[in-house]
Amino acid sequence: MKQEEIIKDFPLLQNRKITYLDSGATTQKPVQVLNAINEYYKKQNANPHRGAYSISIESTESYENTRTKIAQFINARNREEIIFTKNATEGFNLIAYSYGLENLSKDDEIVISIMEHHSNLVPWQKVAKNTGAKLNYMYINDKYELSDEEIESKITNDTKIVGITHVSNVLGTINNVEKIVKYAHKKGAVVVVDASQSIPHMKIDVQQLDADFLVFSGHKLLAPLGIGVLYGKKELLNKMTPFLMGGDMIEYVYEQDTTFAPLPNKFEAGTQNVEGVIGLGAAIDYIQNIGYENIKKIEEDVVSYAIEKLSELKFLTLYITPNKEKHSSVISFNIKGIHPHDVASILDNNGVCVRSGNHCAQPLMRFLGIDSTCRASFYIYNTRDDVDKLVEALKKTYNMFSKYIN
Amino acid sequence: MEDLSDVYNELIMEHSMNSYNKKTLEHADFCELGHNPNCGDEITLELKLNENIIEDMAFNGHGCAISQASTSIMIDTLKGKTVEEAKEIVKTFIEMIKRETTDEQELKKLEDAIAFKNISNMPARVKCALLAWHTLENIFEKL
Repeated sequence: MKQEEIIKDFPLLQNRKITYLDSGATTQKPVQVLNAINEYYKKQNANPHRGAYSISIESTESYENTRTKIAQFINARNREEIIFTKNATEGFNLIAYSYGLENLSKDDEIVISIMEHHSNLVPWQKVAKNTGAKLNYMYINDKYELSDEEIESKITNDTKIVGITHVSNVLGTINNVEKIVKYAHKKGAVVVVDASQSIPHMKIDVQQLDADFLVFSGHKLLAPLGIGVLYGKKELLNKMTPFLMGGDMIEYVYEQDTTFAPLPNKFEAGTQNVEGVIGLGAAIDYIQNIGYENIKKIEEDVVSYAIEKLSELKFLTLYITPNKEKHSSVISFNIKGIHPHDVASILDNNGVCVRSGNHCAQPLMRFLGIDSTCRASFYIYNTRDDVDKLVEALKKTYNMFSKYIN
Repeated sequence: MEDLSDVYNELIMEHSMNSYNKKTLEHADFCELGHNPNCGDEITLELKLNENIIEDMAFNGHGCAISQASTSIMIDTLKGKTVEEAKEIVKTFIEMIKRETTDEQELKKLEDAIAFKNISNMPARVKCALLAWHTLENIFEKL
């Protein structure tokens, strides 16, 4: 499939004259996803798992078939290992509350990397505070990578949980999750993988990674906002207590007691976001239709061009690893002497959308000794032309400020 | 969107990059931290009173050009004013940024701070412009 064809599938990119470089925050949505949601409401809308009538049954089927589709998409052994959440944050909280708080105690350790998003960090602080466990960090080296020595010195026999992002949302570093999981398992820890920034770009195989839990959001993967996925190994999920209590997650409810539904319903309390699930299913179809090979080819071209062009701007600092094979499609940068928010405002004025701020990674910012960065993140609809526009706008920004910079 | 040189004008740029108000006071009566957690802008505002008059103010911290310049220009504008006058000016500034006031006569009392008028067209930056002024409001609440 040609990239020109792909770009035509994204109505927002046709309707707005912008250079959208913030797919790391959320992707634009292809018309196939929008249509799937529209069709659902026009023809199938009913509360799943509730009605005995035909459209409710159809709604249930669409919802449950998408679960199966996702299980196949990430190569989960069982479809009931797929739990729908509202976003990645809810997935991490579910694990922290239903596994972390129940299984950890004083003298245990939780180990996470310094590049975690707040969503895979703040819940572990809560677990550490409530259980008395210690929260330790794996720090990055001067290439913005985790070294083997760092991993092996921080994960110990006392480590019970390891939290690791597959791809850093700030640095774009691709972590060797397979290796971390292997080492953590040797030490008896369970591993929670944040795939939010990796699954849009690369094939995820939970069995190959051997992740115990893996979490991602739909909206970074062409799907609508408000839908996320938690994968967990069946034997772990089965042993865990429910996270949210209420409708549809029960078996028998008495005045004082309740027995819970089996997986996956045990973790899906209340009426679910069926439109989000349908949209996610359509997004996965869309991605599979293009194929990860093609996605990789498109992204590698545009990202390597971006790195080349941005590296030529001497007033820029780039926060990326020099090892190309360990870098995904996020590029954080700063203009020396100009605050990222000012840069982002001026880029916006030139029609270029980048993110600025701490990217929900304050501990990482503090570790790097900076307050914030600008971040350009790329996806299948981005072209070399987008990079040129970014570079032009950055030059303009620098020229506006240069006479005032000390 | 309008031309950004209205926002990033000479006055704002000078104040944001090389502010003479960025220092520490010898004997401050009040010291207040202000920050925008989402963007990381952070200032420490110091204030010295002589009875009811703002004798001196200074700030330290880091953030975008808008937040830094807004702090520095606020200090220039309010130094020498009584607390009552200052409260009135702070109120007018906030109203200007939130587009609740456009009355030219009313805005005149803002002096140089009127330079931030066009920030009201940049919703993403409103909180940057207001940081120092809200921080000063917090000090006034302690008086």
